[in-house]
Amino acid sequence: MTPRVTLAIAVRVLTQLRRDHRTLAMLLLVPCLLQALLWWIFWDQPLVFDRIGPALLAIFPFFVMFLVTSITTLRERSGGTLERLFTMPMGRLDFLVGYALAFGAIAAVQAALAAGVAVGLLDLDLRGPDVLLVLVGVVDAVLGTALGLFVSAFARTEFQAVQFLPAIVVPQILLCGLIVPRDRLPRVLERIADVMPLTWAVDAMEHLATTARTGAVWRDLGIVVAFAVAALALGAATLRRRTE
Amino acid sequence: MSPVSAVEIAGLRVVRGGTAVIDGLDLTIGAGVTGLLGPSGCGKSTLLRSIAGVQRVAAGTVTVLGEPAGSAALRDRVGYQTQSSSVYDDLAVLENLRFFARVLGLPPAAAEAALASVDLTGQGGVVVGRLSGGQRSRVGLAVALLGSPALLVLDEPTVGLDPVLRRDLWALFHRVADTGTAVLVSSHVMDEAERCDTLLLMREGRIIADGAPGEIKAAQGVADIESAFLALVEGRGIA
Ligand SMILES: Nc1ncnc2c1ncn2[C@@H]1O[C@H](COP(=O)(O)OP(=O)(O)O)[C@@H](O)[C@H]1O
Ligand SMILES: [Mg+2]
Repeated sequence: MTPRVTLAIAVRVLTQLRRDHRTLAMLLLVPCLLQALLWWIFWDQPLVFDRIGPALLAIFPFFVMFLVTSITTLRERSGGTLERLFTMPMGRLDFLVGYALAFGAIAAVQAALAAGVAVGLLDLDLRGPDVLLVLVGVVDAVLGTALGLFVSAFARTEFQAVQFLPAIVVPQILLCGLIVPRDRLPRVLERIADVMPLTWAVDAMEHLATTARTGAVWRDLGIVVAFAVAALALGAATLRRRTE
Repeated sequence: MSPVSAVEIAGLRVVRGGTAVIDGLDLTIGAGVTGLLGPSGCGKSTLLRSIAGVQRVAAGTVTVLGEPAGSAALRDRVGYQTQSSSVYDDLAVLENLRFFARVLGLPPAAAEAALASVDLTGQGGVVVGRLSGGQRSRVGLAVALLGSPALLVLDEPTVGLDPVLRRDLWALFHRVADTGTAVLVSSHVMDEAERCDTLLLMREGRIIADGAPGEIKAAQGVADIESAFLALVEGRGIA
């Protein structure tokens, strides 16, 4: 890994995003708007919004980073740019970490905006430290980025890449505690939820909403970091200098 | 001429999708502009990918500038352009070049120099997706030219371009070759043959002729390369 190359890739990904206003809006504004929509839906049941609001803060970064990364890295694979980069002094960790840095930075802004809207405008209660909330958002986004990069190896078209959303992301959203609190899920589903990374990101956000104590948040964060590292390793395995 | 040939291939075997696309290929490529010509699907891209070091090979050796193809020592000495232009459509021309220059560890001025060498100086701020096919192909070429590589590997850079642009690009290949860079260009259009110093005719994974265009035609006793190709395939001539 060469810091110069890693950084070049991160800056380049951010430059591409800066030119793509629609994607940038999806990354930064849509999460805030969707949150406002849900607040409106439950305007006469504030307790419901207090329960699902924190979960949303964990779901958005994961969902959109997975989507955006799977498409952009698929383009790199099919457009020949990845192949060209592999004939240059670029290691696969440069590529992987470069992407993670770029989307991690975007995620920090996204988390700050979404939390600002939720707490400032929509009266969501958050008791834990703001810094931790942004940190959970960033790690969660890096997880989405790494998984997106991994699945892009198994798609040939952008249409196929999008199909991984219902297959890999939606089940995690259904089981993470958003719809039914996890301890009220059937036992088998609860066990399945336990091995899904999003569950732990949501759990961290819920702790941040309900208590100022941070022990459980750090434990959850550790679990999400472990999943993110595993996903990055999976992603690295799909990045081959020589392909068939 | 440098004593080390640009590319030396011995016993190369490449399997793609379960079938041997190249099986037992021996080849030496020297200085000047070498054209790799053959019909679609004959294995040109596979061969160029092997030389660029991005193709998984089943057997044999590919030596580039005295080093194994794809080795770390070659990463800033071989310029490669895949069959798609392999540039970012959503970045401006100069943004593309500056990015690849940074990956190669070159100063930003190298990006401007590469841009000038493909006559796109005025287009630096234009987003690549808005360019014509020919301009886009030249951006890809400019990236391959970054840092004056010792070997340039270009996969069908002139396909689909109008005749004027094609002539200009071949002139550029010769200018680059005159600076001492070995240039390897593939094409499936037979009438590009006359523009090469050395010609490699490829069919079904094998090199069926290797020499100057004039030599190949004379050996078959024909007036153009297309006829020479047919004569070679049908087993007439000396071959
Ligand atoms: N990714 C791939 N997987 C499997 N087979 C491939 C792949 N790419 C090319 N091939 C096959 O390898 C052969 C040579 O392809 P290629 O080198 O691209 O030829 P050319 O560049 O001369 O058109 C063709 O028969 C093609 O179908
Ligand atoms: Mg080809």
